[in-house]
Amino acid sequence: MQSEFDRQYVSFWIGNQLLGVPVRVVQEVLNPQEIARIPRARREISGLLNLRGQIVTAVNLRRRLQLPDLEEGRESINVVVRHNGEPFSILVDEVGDVITVDEDTFDHVPATLDAVWRGVTTGVYRMEGRLFVIVDVAAILDFGLRISA
Amino acid sequence: MDDVLQEFISESWDNLAQLDNEIVELEKAGSDPELLASIFRTIHTIKGTCGFIGLDRLGALAHSAENVLGQMRDGKMEVSESAISITLKAIYRIKDLLSAIEETGEEPNLNNSDLINQLDMLARIADDFGAPPPAANQPEDQANVQPPEEPATAFDTVQPPSNDTEQPPHVDVVNDTVEPEAVQSTIQTAAAVIEPEAPATPARVAVAPVEPPAEAAPPQAVATTGASRSVADLSIRVNVDVLDSLMNLVGELVLTRNQLLQLSRGDEESIYSGPITHLNRVTADLQEGVMKTRMQPIGHAWGRLPRLVRDLCQVTGKQIELEMHGAETELDRTVLDAIKDPLTHMVRNSADHGIESPEERRAAGKPEVGTIRLDAFHEGGHVIIRIEDDGGGINIKRVRAKAIDRGIISEADAARLTEMDIAELIFQAGFSTAEQVTSVSGRGVGMDVVRTQIEKIGGMVDLQPVEGQGTCIRMKIPLTLAIISALVVESGDELFAIPQLGVVELVRLAAEDRHRIERIHKHEVLRLRDRLLPLVHLDDVLELKGSPVSGDSKNERAEDSTAQPVDDDVNIVVVQVGEDQLGLIVDEVFDTEEIVVKPVGSLLKEIGIYQGTTILGDGRVIMILDVSGIAAEIGGLNSISREIERADGERDVSADMTSVLLFNVGGGRTMSVPLALVSRLEEFTQEQIERTGDRDLVQYRGDLLPLLPVDGYSRPDEQSMQPVIVFSEGDKAMGLMIEEIDDIIEEELVIRIQSERPGVLGTAIVNNKATDIIDAQHYLKLANPHWFENNHSNFTARVLFAEDSMFFRQLAATSLETAGYEVTAVENGARAIEVLEHGGMFEAIISDIEMPEVGGLDLARWVRARNQYNDVPMVALSGNMNPTLEKQCTDSGFNQFLRKFDPDELRQVLDGLCRSKTPVQGVPA
Repeated sequence: MQSEFDRQYVSFWIGNQLLGVPVRVVQEVLNPQEIARIPRARREISGLLNLRGQIVTAVNLRRRLQLPDLEEGRESINVVVRHNGEPFSILVDEVGDVITVDEDTFDHVPATLDAVWRGVTTGVYRMEGRLFVIVDVAAILDFGLRISA
Repeated sequence: MDDVLQEFISESWDNLAQLDNEIVELEKAGSDPELLASIFRTIHTIKGTCGFIGLDRLGALAHSAENVLGQMRDGKMEVSESAISITLKAIYRIKDLLSAIEETGEEPNLNNSDLINQLDMLARIADDFGAPPPAANQPEDQANVQPPEEPATAFDTVQPPSNDTEQPPHVDVVNDTVEPEAVQSTIQTAAAVIEPEAPATPARVAVAPVEPPAEAAPPQAVATTGASRSVADLSIRVNVDVLDSLMNLVGELVLTRNQLLQLSRGDEESIYSGPITHLNRVTADLQEGVMKTRMQPIGHAWGRLPRLVRDLCQVTGKQIELEMHGAETELDRTVLDAIKDPLTHMVRNSADHGIESPEERRAAGKPEVGTIRLDAFHEGGHVIIRIEDDGGGINIKRVRAKAIDRGIISEADAARLTEMDIAELIFQAGFSTAEQVTSVSGRGVGMDVVRTQIEKIGGMVDLQPVEGQGTCIRMKIPLTLAIISALVVESGDELFAIPQLGVVELVRLAAEDRHRIERIHKHEVLRLRDRLLPLVHLDDVLELKGSPVSGDSKNERAEDSTAQPVDDDVNIVVVQVGEDQLGLIVDEVFDTEEIVVKPVGSLLKEIGIYQGTTILGDGRVIMILDVSGIAAEIGGLNSISREIERADGERDVSADMTSVLLFNVGGGRTMSVPLALVSRLEEFTQEQIERTGDRDLVQYRGDLLPLLPVDGYSRPDEQSMQPVIVFSEGDKAMGLMIEEIDDIIEEELVIRIQSERPGVLGTAIVNNKATDIIDAQHYLKLANPHWFENNHSNFTARVLFAEDSMFFRQLAATSLETAGYEVTAVENGARAIEVLEHGGMFEAIISDIEMPEVGGLDLARWVRARNQYNDVPMVALSGNMNPTLEKQCTDSGFNQFLRKFDPDELRQVLDGLCRSKTPVQGVPA
């Protein structure tokens, strides 16, 4: 049995989909920030933000999952994670609660999911009324291995 | 123990710790090139350092181990268990030696010849078919024979503690004998290692006698019984990472302070203003203090040089005096580390290759003792280091031959370069004069590596001219890598920082001077003083023009992403990339700011045009541009500047650039004609044009000018003005009626498709569009059918015309034929020679200079070398009138040097030449 901390996930929304990343990789959650865009960066990278003097690379999760951009006028929330010692902000639509999952409700990602989603998710927890999909932060930030759909 | 030795030991331990694992892994993995390379490097480093600080035995062992590893790395030897075990043994022995050195401060007198022999044997076996094993015996000799010339005083002053001599080095090596004398000399060696730390300024280290050892014996020796206290007790070793993160924090503090200052500005009465002022001061002091912790005098990097030079002197029998000035000049620690190796390499080069032997020097009338002079000083936020010697200088001939041999430049290019240019080639990648592998010189590491290393830290290295003989290399090094001074610019509504180090100057062109930006082919250039500066629009490089806006950041610039308005001034940031300069066109130039460099995020590294990120005073995150990355990005600056250099004054470049008149002929068709053929552009009213029979005529300058419509153009009934292109030859003229004049542009005219249509020479790409080039001769003949007879009656001469551009060939041929010459046109000098060899007789030879296979100069030399053509007039055609080239032409045997292409001038010159020398050997056609 894992400790409770290890079973906790920060949940967030992309459209109607509830997704989550492990609490232990999340540094903080920020309201919409000013993001400096970087010419010539791949389109999934929105730019850089200044988090108290720390420079954070913002990755647009919608684009990473090959979904349309957020509608005009809405701004993304920053879920700041640490990966290999470097801070990244994952841009999501909305942030939900911290969810403690029940190990027994775990399932693998269905094989029918399209390749992009399969590549960046680690599993699904069956929750009451909805499915909670866990995102693999390392895979999200690894553009080299991306399977282009 | 002196600093150098201490540093060496602690560094070696670090490296060796990793090495164990790597070797074991290697055994498992078999031959893993990366692993092998890493192991090789570690041993190589140890070997190299041993050479500098005089640890001969350790060095010899490392050298042999390196040879074996080298064979494995190059795939000449299998990575077998036995090979690995011998290598491991060598590494254990190296460790033993190291601990002994650490303990006693001196190299123990161990006999390593057994191991060295085994290693050398291994290396020799691998070295196919008896190629001599590198230094098979020599290291062994070094290990056994003590340097005898050490003066006894060295030993006397050292006075090692007695227990030191009694105690055998605690190394368990078989067949190891410790002889009293050997121990003594070991101590001498150690004593010699102890050198005063950073030498005073100016320090002169005379080389022939050994410099006196430092005042004291190694303090550690006293404590031999206890655990090793090899790390200096008076200072704390702090990991550079700790300093780096401190530096970062200070950077942040500075930014926060700036924000606070901004907020409190104008509100002097605020209760916060006092504390803020205090914070400001403390922050500034803190920043300076932290910067200082990272600063070290450059003397630290120089410490090993006197020894190096001394050893080289002993080996080579040269006499060299090393002068060092400015050892106290301080540099950031990371920068210092980065320049250590290049610096050592350059000094070694000077001593090894630069300074001559005493005999040679005497013969050259120089003092027998050569001098290498090191200078370091601050200059405008950089440290300048000069390495100057009074040796033989760079052997231009050898460098040239080598550069050609290595394919770095072509022979033709080499002929055009100045001596200084040739000398600079030593910095080119792939150029290395190191031919031998010795224990001090690296393996194939040359000045190109030096340059790369220096440029990596944002420095520059170049050759300076020296008065008299010798070599002077100058390095320009940034003080620190953490906080740099940068120019903030705007391009496409975004801000960017350009490190000030690379910025040469700022040029601002007023809107009305925009036309000064010229084009060569596709590239924009600016004449800046005496040179051409290639220009690049930063927003092009950054793809900021009309790129889709990011979905997340608020972007106001969707609409105005078009090209810069024409009525704006042009801001050009001139940057230096290696030897080349590049002009970056930006929208706006702001101030120079001190910025804190933060690394580029891992996801952005692939972009390659950023060298870091930074946060401005107002909290904005901006990218720091990597100028050399940009240069590489745009297809290599070299290619552009080469293209431009060819266009540049000195070189025959614009040879193929022609001013072309573009005009419309109706129906949306554009045609063109070389401007050189056009005598005037006129406009006539329809009423002026008279029709006689089937010909249109206009009264023009007291004569009648026949007018013809260009093919495909029908003269409208109603048109106020009729544009006409006037062609004339001699006293004859005709006018070509067209719809309208379009433009005059500079273009490289290459006829892609030859035309069968009358009146059209062919099709060329003009202004990125396929355009017909009209055959002016065709219209001249149409307008005046008797043209030919008139001329023919005068004179006939045969002309050989060599020119690689088909366009010019045709143009000149037609024009000359019209004038009554009989033209044999060939595409290069080789063909011309063929024609001549087949008995062709000509009254004159006209030739282009730049041609494939055999160029004009060679053709002329060939012709002049043959009696029968000795006095055939020769005319050179060139794209530009340059005195150097003209002299070359005259020297090769040309009678005349003409600009390409002025048909009238050519005809006049030819007429003059041919008539004055009525053909002797020519049989009239």
